[in-house]
Amino acid sequence: MPHLPPVKVAFLAAAVSAFVLAAPVLAADNAAPAAPAPSTNALPPKQMSWSFDGPFGVYDRAALQRGFQVYKEVCSACHALTHIAFRNLGDTGGPGFTTEQVAAIAAMYKVPAAPDEQGKTVDANGQPLMRAAVPADYFPPPFPNEKATRAAMNGALPPDLSLIVKAREGHENYVYSILTGFGQKPPANEKMASGMSYNPYFPRHQIAMPPPLTNGSVTYADGTPNTVDQEARDVVTFLTWAAEPKMEERKRTGFNVMLFLLGFTVLLYFAYRQVWHGKH
Amino acid sequence: MSGPSTYQPKTGFERWLDARLPIIRFSQEHLLSYPTPRNLNIWYTFGGILTVFLTTQILTGIVLAMHYTADSGLAFDSVEHIMRDVNSGWLLRYLHSNGASMFFLAVYIHIFRGLYYGSYKAPREMIWILGVILYVLMMATAFLGYTLPWGQMSFWGATVITNFFSAFDALIPGLGTGIVTWLWGGFGVDNATLHRFYSLHYLLPFVIAGVVGLHIWALHVPGNNNPLGIDVKGPQDTLPFHPYYTVKDLFFLSCFLILYAYFVFFNPNLLGDPINYAPANPIQTPEDIVPEWYFLPFYAILRSIPNKLIGVLALFASLITLFFVSWLDTSAVRSTRFRPLYKQFFWMLVADVVILGYVGSQPVDAVLFNTPVPLVWLGRLGTLYYFLHFWIVMPLVGLIETPKPLPDSIAKSVLAAAPAE
Repeated sequence: MPHLPPVKVAFLAAAVSAFVLAAPVLAADNAAPAAPAPSTNALPPKQMSWSFDGPFGVYDRAALQRGFQVYKEVCSACHALTHIAFRNLGDTGGPGFTTEQVAAIAAMYKVPAAPDEQGKTVDANGQPLMRAAVPADYFPPPFPNEKATRAAMNGALPPDLSLIVKAREGHENYVYSILTGFGQKPPANEKMASGMSYNPYFPRHQIAMPPPLTNGSVTYADGTPNTVDQEARDVVTFLTWAAEPKMEERKRTGFNVMLFLLGFTVLLYFAYRQVWHGKH
Repeated sequence: MSGPSTYQPKTGFERWLDARLPIIRFSQEHLLSYPTPRNLNIWYTFGGILTVFLTTQILTGIVLAMHYTADSGLAFDSVEHIMRDVNSGWLLRYLHSNGASMFFLAVYIHIFRGLYYGSYKAPREMIWILGVILYVLMMATAFLGYTLPWGQMSFWGATVITNFFSAFDALIPGLGTGIVTWLWGGFGVDNATLHRFYSLHYLLPFVIAGVVGLHIWALHVPGNNNPLGIDVKGPQDTLPFHPYYTVKDLFFLSCFLILYAYFVFFNPNLLGDPINYAPANPIQTPEDIVPEWYFLPFYAILRSIPNKLIGVLALFASLITLFFVSWLDTSAVRSTRFRPLYKQFFWMLVADVVILGYVGSQPVDAVLFNTPVPLVWLGRLGTLYYFLHFWIVMPLVGLIETPKPLPDSIAKSVLAAAPAE
């Protein structure tokens, strides 16, 4: 049998490429429009730098505490934080509130109480029995259920924020971009539905959330300027911690693991060289 | 490959045990003195790496199962409980989820190594076939496991994959839907589905471990193939498995673990889809339903065919094809190193699978890099080449190709290559 030289293979490859290039002609009938005119795709998020970036990055404690304040005073009116307990606010690698501060924060919230001694779950006015929260309790949601939320929110459903940073492409930069992406005029070809706000970082550019942050939305006890940008940075730091509370432990462990593995690999390399000496 | 045993029981207890359960003799033959070709390269270390990853997945999985709840109302929260409240739970989960990716990376290298060096050819057909079975079992296990966190992609991935079977309605009305209802245990992906997926996800790894045993048994009959693809001719061609290959496997395993540790500790969610951190919602479909990266080439094959039944059959056929590889290759030469023509097609297959993976990762209406070429055409071309490669190229090239001359022996080749030692 003759040997097929590489040049023939190259020819075959050329034929294949020609087929690829011809594809648009062949597909002309059923091809989707190549470039949909004015795109309502979300803009790529702004690329910010964060204290928790990189293999050694940690959360900025002060930013976490300020971010918690922004969540508590602004976001929590509509958004739940289901997976976070008050005790987490005092955890290592978190906002670093003291035990007393955590108890005081918890006591500001009301959570459903257990049935009383008569087995009653409602008071004389028919209201559910409530008690002050303790550190072991989880952040209570702003509304009792999805229907109640939608009824209060003009049909919209504000997402739970415990995992929002991990649950969106672009992560912390995406959340920051949404929070700071309001205030531009929509292009003439984009009609805003009623009750919607224009935000080019959001898919299809229409978001049911009105601009949540304004200059002065909160007053920081440590005198940090309360600009929209600062509030957004702080609350994004807080939400990143809420989504990944073990990040600092993870990176610290990872550093030690890497150190061990690199040393172990070097030792194994020398063992390998020694054992195989003269064998290959 | 293992000849007459050289094991000599030294103590009274060893003699007693050897007459009843020759487990030390067995280990000595198969783990220590097992004669291994002396020229195995880095690509041959992935079999050992895969064994380690199977063990890691089983061990981390068993502990995760102690804290996980397979109930559609609790599953998502129980995963978050593992991440937040269980001691080192985040570590176990990231080891397990990234371990699956590393497992597939290693198995793809292992499969392509087998293809390159002709390790599927006589007398190693059973090793290859058992390997394909292992690969299919791994895919099933990974798919079932991905459902368990009950996030958006878990739910919708399970819905899409199980719905493959509804394509059979086109053959016999009701057949496909019947299969799907049977798989789900109901009329939708729900609690019953999650329960059975969990049960099977726990079962299959032990089936895999059993088939791995057969795979290694089948390997130890003819012994390892090697990069030259020529038979071992005598003891000068081999080295005992221990210490030569234990230390070599360990070294490359350790290198691979560094990559693993990078993902686990510094980029644990890179390989996953963000939307799986949103709880499953049966009334809201995600923008794009994308499988994990290791399924993307098959996803591209499925989507490249407009007819659902034929698409599903093509997907199954792409896997079933692998069972026939031992007989589709007509060349008498094992190693692609000595097959100049086939070598080019081999790398085309590698490129093809990578391209299919890329196509699978993109939205179905995407175009090729700002050109008007719909990506689905590239997917069709890739699908075509995938089948052509195995069913046409492999048989044909073996017939027309003139291979390079093979070396006389492994020992000669090795010692000629490294005169400095």
